[in-house]
Amino acid sequence: MKNNSRRGFMGKAFGAVAGVGAVASLYAMKRSWDPLPSVKAAGFTTLDMSAYKENELVTEKWRGKPIFVLKQTADMVKKAEANPKDMERLIKVGNDYFMVCLGLCTHLGCIPGYDSDEKSFLCACHGGMYDFTGDVTKAPPPRGLDIPPFKIDGNKLVLGEEGPEYKKMLENGTTLRA
Amino acid sequence: MAHFTKATSLHDWLNQRLAIDTLRRVLATEYWIPKNINFLWAMGMVLAITFGLLLISGIFLLMYYQPNVNLAFDSVNYTIMQEVGYGWLWRHVHGVAASVVFLIIYIHMFTGIYYGSYKKGREMIWLSGMLLFVAFSAEAFSGYMLPWGQMSYWAGMVITNLFSGGSLHADGLVEWIRGDYVPAQAFLNRFFMLHVLLIPLAILGLIGLHFGALRIPHVNNQDGEEIDFEAEAAKYKAGDKANSKVIAFVNDFMSKDMMVVGIYLIFFFYLVFYHYDFAMDPVNFDPADGLKTPAHIYPEWYFLWSYEILRPFSTNTGLIAFAFAQVIFFALPFLDKSPNAVPASRRGLFKYWFWAMLIDMIILTAMGKVPPEGAFSTIGLYAALTFIGLWIALPFITKTEKKV
Repeated sequence: MKNNSRRGFMGKAFGAVAGVGAVASLYAMKRSWDPLPSVKAAGFTTLDMSAYKENELVTEKWRGKPIFVLKQTADMVKKAEANPKDMERLIKVGNDYFMVCLGLCTHLGCIPGYDSDEKSFLCACHGGMYDFTGDVTKAPPPRGLDIPPFKIDGNKLVLGEEGPEYKKMLENGTTLRA
Repeated sequence: MAHFTKATSLHDWLNQRLAIDTLRRVLATEYWIPKNINFLWAMGMVLAITFGLLLISGIFLLMYYQPNVNLAFDSVNYTIMQEVGYGWLWRHVHGVAASVVFLIIYIHMFTGIYYGSYKKGREMIWLSGMLLFVAFSAEAFSGYMLPWGQMSYWAGMVITNLFSGGSLHADGLVEWIRGDYVPAQAFLNRFFMLHVLLIPLAILGLIGLHFGALRIPHVNNQDGEEIDFEAEAAKYKAGDKANSKVIAFVNDFMSKDMMVVGIYLIFFFYLVFYHYDFAMDPVNFDPADGLKTPAHIYPEWYFLWSYEILRPFSTNTGLIAFAFAQVIFFALPFLDKSPNAVPASRRGLFKYWFWAMLIDMIILTAMGKVPPEGAFSTIGLYAALTFIGLWIALPFITKTEKKV
């Protein structure tokens, strides 16, 4: 049986070599499917916050995704103040308050529409609803609209950079990392 | 080396080298099919022919299609549809066949369920068939991305988002699948590769497995009768064709098979020439726009039933229900505890289970198409719960079934 044990050894040796090769090529294949560096680098958008009008939804673009910017009226801020959870979602730039959210339904990624009379968002795909701060008011969405990473820079807002205000939102669970 | 003699004919020359006579005997003239079957047994051949139509029309589309986000839409809607001679024919054949193939797959599946053709040694036929269903679903989805219209883009967005796993929030996985934050060039290119190479390769392999799985247990028959194929084949070969319970695959069965295929093809080309629009969603004639969701996103009709199982629940529950619906048909041979491999009509409670399942899936399909509002939401929810309930009930009702 000397022969057999030699063949057994050769089989195992081949198996070891092939196993290493298989794992290495799987890693290469995984990496080939990763987003390209050029895709990742094009990830910053700067918004001039003095240009927006109250209760008028503007859709900006960041990393190919729509970003909702909604400047709050004094009335809306008053309403939000009654609910601390809503207030935490707003971003203060200068003396104005803004809702800045990823305009993708947290259910399955459709774009909700804004009704400026009702001051609420409705997602036509599966009927989810959000209020004017982007907080969810009707299922199926599991949470409010996600807030993109932002940094306040005077009158400007840089999307893609993580400022202290954004980090605070992450910590207290106002938003998930989008 | 084998001994070769001077060939007496081309046939003999090939036969010495490739054993074509043996091949023909094993695959065709002595491959036995029961006599006691009906037109539903022709669906396999209908599917094979439809796959052939998809392959041929696909080859011609491939010669002009451009997998580039700036060019894809026009290469389909302008170049292929207006410039290429008979380009419209390939596109409409491809689109109609992609839709009709699922109709035939569902008929094929429910025929198998009704006659118990997934039991007593036929489990591998069922499992390989289910793998084919999954592969065809992936093929249909990846193909739907290619015209890069609004429905392509948003279906791509919604379906890839499913992989975030709800509260698991696996956005990294979603971005990895897309190769970008949103469906874009990398996404279109890789789904193009999947559609024209990797998935078709898998389908061809699985078709081989599916056919291979048939050889030992043979095709079932209308009464689930256990036929001694060797004894019946011996009778047939001895000339007693009238008393034999089997016939040869070629030419006996094939002639009937192709008769059904002929009728099917008339229906198929009627659709291609006069009603191709049912397979062409009007929303997909708008170019993809990442900043504008269509008012109402729905999948093609053949995915509606599983989509409707996803929809009435909150995200996590919905995903679990959806995942359940996607895999549960695989478990059919193991959840059906009854020893009877006979038609559902002779199986007591299973008869009602079969029809309830069929009707429930038709209701789910209808509810998946309409907007999720009011009474439709409620009906959809109950139909989804019924679907899950029927599967939970299956082992119990089949366990108590009397042996026939």
